[in-house]
Amino acid sequence: MLAESLFFTAALFIIGVIGVMVRRNIIIIFMSIELILNAVNINLIAFSHYWQQVNGQIFAIFVITDAVAEAAVGLGILIALFRNKETVLADEVDLLKW
Amino acid sequence: MEPHYPLFYVFHFYLFGVIALASAVAFVTRKSPVAAALWLVNTMFALAALYVMLDAQFIGVMQVLVYAGAIMVVFLFVVMLLNLGHPSEIADTRGIWWKLAAGAIGVGLLSEIMIILRAKLPQQLIVPRDYAEVQLQKLNAVGVIADPLFKDYLLAFELTSVLLLVAIAGAVVLGRRERVAGAR
Repeated sequence: MLAESLFFTAALFIIGVIGVMVRRNIIIIFMSIELILNAVNINLIAFSHYWQQVNGQIFAIFVITDAVAEAAVGLGILIALFRNKETVLADEVDLLKW
Repeated sequence: MEPHYPLFYVFHFYLFGVIALASAVAFVTRKSPVAAALWLVNTMFALAALYVMLDAQFIGVMQVLVYAGAIMVVFLFVVMLLNLGHPSEIADTRGIWWKLAAGAIGVGLLSEIMIILRAKLPQQLIVPRDYAEVQLQKLNAVGVIADPLFKDYLLAFELTSVLLLVAIAGAVVLGRRERVAGAR
């Protein structure tokens, strides 16, 4: 099942990348990043299954933990941003642009 | 080399993979953030089924509890909290050039993975073929993970707790209502 898993995860990863590039809503961009992390997780599990080692599963646990931390901080930033600028669209946040 | 999988297994593997892909496509194309989040939850559930089929039962449970249960609820909570109005009022997608660039990157990544799929993986295994099954019988689904996690990866595990503490503190500081001194 390794080749099939790799194909599915590649397609999921690409859908996530397209979501990050095409959408302007920061919430949707965050969710696309979660999708990308999930695709990477499936890859880790598939290789872990292929080589019959559990190390990939432990890496997947760490990836899930990082996703939780990223979601917490990112959504905190998003709420602070909305409070100050009244927008959730990524290209309207251009304070650092010249 | 991979063992022979029964047709039942292969069929359900493809079924859940296709469900995950279709839900992901629906997630990217929905205008409303709430609908997108619910489609993403559907993707997470299908991926949890794939985890279980790949002998990672504990990760599958964590996927349902943490991703579909906690993270997506936080996302939905933020969507409701910000109260963004009707989705059709917001032009949510970028212009045609961004879409073309995203398509080009998609095609590039897909061709890259096709090339990688043709590469030969090392066939000889360090452990016997049914090693994971034997371990699973010996220690059960949680013990298989817990044993190396609390022995070989103990330092990384402890550092993860620091990471989570920093994330909680950061979220509280960022979500505070009063202005930080010096900010506009």
